Amino acid sequence: MRNLILPLACLLAAVAAFFVFPYDLAFLTRIVIMIVFVLSIDLVLGYAGIPTLGQAAMYGSGAYAAGLFSIHVWGDPLAGLAVGALAGAAIAALSGLVVMRARGLTLIMLTIAVAAILHELANRARGLTGGADGLRGIRVDPVLGLFEFDFIGRTGYWYALAVAVAVFVLLAVIVRSPFGLSLRGIHESPARMTAIGASVYWRQITAYVIGGAVAGIAGALAAQITQLVSLEVFAFALSAEAVIMLILGGTGRLTGAVIGTTLFMTVEHIAAANDPFNWLFVIGALVLAVVFFLPAGLIALPRALTGLIVDKGGRDADRT
Amino acid sequence: MDLFLNIAVDGVAYGMILFMIAVGLSVTMGLMRVINLAHGGFALIGGALAHWLGREVGLPFWIAATLAIAGTVAIALPLERVLYRRIYGFGELQQVLATIGLTFLMIASVNLWQGSTLLAIDLPPALRAPVDLGFRTLPAHRLAVIALGLAVIAGLWLLLERTRFGIRLRAAVDNRATASAHGIDTGLIYMVTFALGAALAALGGIFGAELLPIDAYYPLRYMVLFLIVVAVGGMGSIAGSFAAALGLGVIETAARYLVPDLATLAFYGIVIALLAARPQGLMGRV
Repeated sequence: MRNLILPLACLLAAVAAFFVFPYDLAFLTRIVIMIVFVLSIDLVLGYAGIPTLGQAAMYGSGAYAAGLFSIHVWGDPLAGLAVGALAGAAIAALSGLVVMRARGLTLIMLTIAVAAILHELANRARGLTGGADGLRGIRVDPVLGLFEFDFIGRTGYWYALAVAVAVFVLLAVIVRSPFGLSLRGIHESPARMTAIGASVYWRQITAYVIGGAVAGIAGALAAQITQLVSLEVFAFALSAEAVIMLILGGTGRLTGAVIGTTLFMTVEHIAAANDPFNWLFVIGALVLAVVFFLPAGLIALPRALTGLIVDKGGRDADRT
Repeated sequence: MDLFLNIAVDGVAYGMILFMIAVGLSVTMGLMRVINLAHGGFALIGGALAHWLGREVGLPFWIAATLAIAGTVAIALPLERVLYRRIYGFGELQQVLATIGLTFLMIASVNLWQGSTLLAIDLPPALRAPVDLGFRTLPAHRLAVIALGLAVIAGLWLLLERTRFGIRLRAAVDNRATASAHGIDTGLIYMVTFALGAALAALGGIFGAELLPIDAYYPLRYMVLFLIVVAVGGMGSIAGSFAAALGLGVIETAARYLVPDLATLAFYGIVIALLAARPQGLMGRV
């Protein structure tokens, strides 16, 4: 029961935000989409322990796939989401076969390289993707045939929020399933999981594919709601910032992804508006501070603080 | 034939630059098991210092370059003491994040100091003068870079194979605990090695500025390139880094000459095929 309190509080806050900030719906929607994306990284990195800096590869594939689908085939948003998920899963499966063979630095480098290759491909295939000008002319039909996307972004917000909640519930089920537990086992000790007969390679690929599908959904949402896909969807900065959001909130906990993303994007919204370079000072210092002083993320802050008071071993306390 | 020679000269020069910058990364990775994404930042600091000393202070190139390398080491040493020393024991994700955070700080600092424009480094006339090789004339700079790269690998080989420091370094790479138990000051070895890696990165950054132009975003733009060299070469292997840097330099240059439109894709394709076949790199252990 206690596990439900925090997610429900987040959901309540999201609903309240709609009424409290009616003029910032575009920004709120961006946060919700980003939460979906960061959740995908939480599964891959937080649960399966795959250090990725290239999750944007799947996000971007989902965005382009959903955008192209709505332009050329069918404008239904849910079908578009499914196409985005498939595209993300397909890219994750293809690249995962190579990426998961590597370890450590090579693995990280390969995840970055996959996103860089897709960036280059999208840039070259100007006729299909619009290249550096971006993919324009995305038209999306009403959700379920009932709710038309409006200028203010009301439908967009509720739509994104509904998808985010569905993804959250799905991931919550997955990480509690035997498969999710085996991912945790692999994270803790790949050697022991191999010893008890689990195929580390294939389970990591499976997790990577599920994460890829979720990232593809996030990309598809972004494409449908902003009605534009630019090359930035494959940017390294997107992958890196999303990982930072996750670390800020706390890895290996789904609510950590929600809290970290919300906080990061709110601070960015306020601080980065006029000076992107000084914003880099803020992120840089923030990341170092979290890594050194709060390795389990903000979500562990209350426990870390009580640990400081109860005994001096605050660092051990937040690992439980 | 001319095309082939052009590719060879440009590719080898490019490879030497990659080697100088990446070798420090490879050695620190092999020795301290730290994934240092901020390594390109030392090339940036070296390049920015050389730009500032040359253009604004007005020092001659050679003095500016020497001071810039010394300055980079002066920045790297306290960083190793204060920051890196603490992250050696972290998990790979924490290392990646801490060094990305550091990279962001380096970028923001250089930008605050020098702005986000291109930081040109003026070469002395001796390096700009054209040299006739028979099949083409090229700036002496390319040849100097090749010579410098060869000098660096020769120097590193002598240092590792022929000095007491080299013996200790290799012992620490093989097994830190045992080396430490034999009375080797591994902390000092780490610090010296880190400083050496940063100095080489600065050297590569300054002399490579013609090929990899310096600006504030340098560490992020070329991060994948340096990581590729280390991954393909095999972590901790100097010979591996050298072979990988030269090979990749020639491959990328060849791709630019032969299939300019698809150069990036061809380059990544070859790298991924190589790593799919040998995930531990050309000369990596394990």
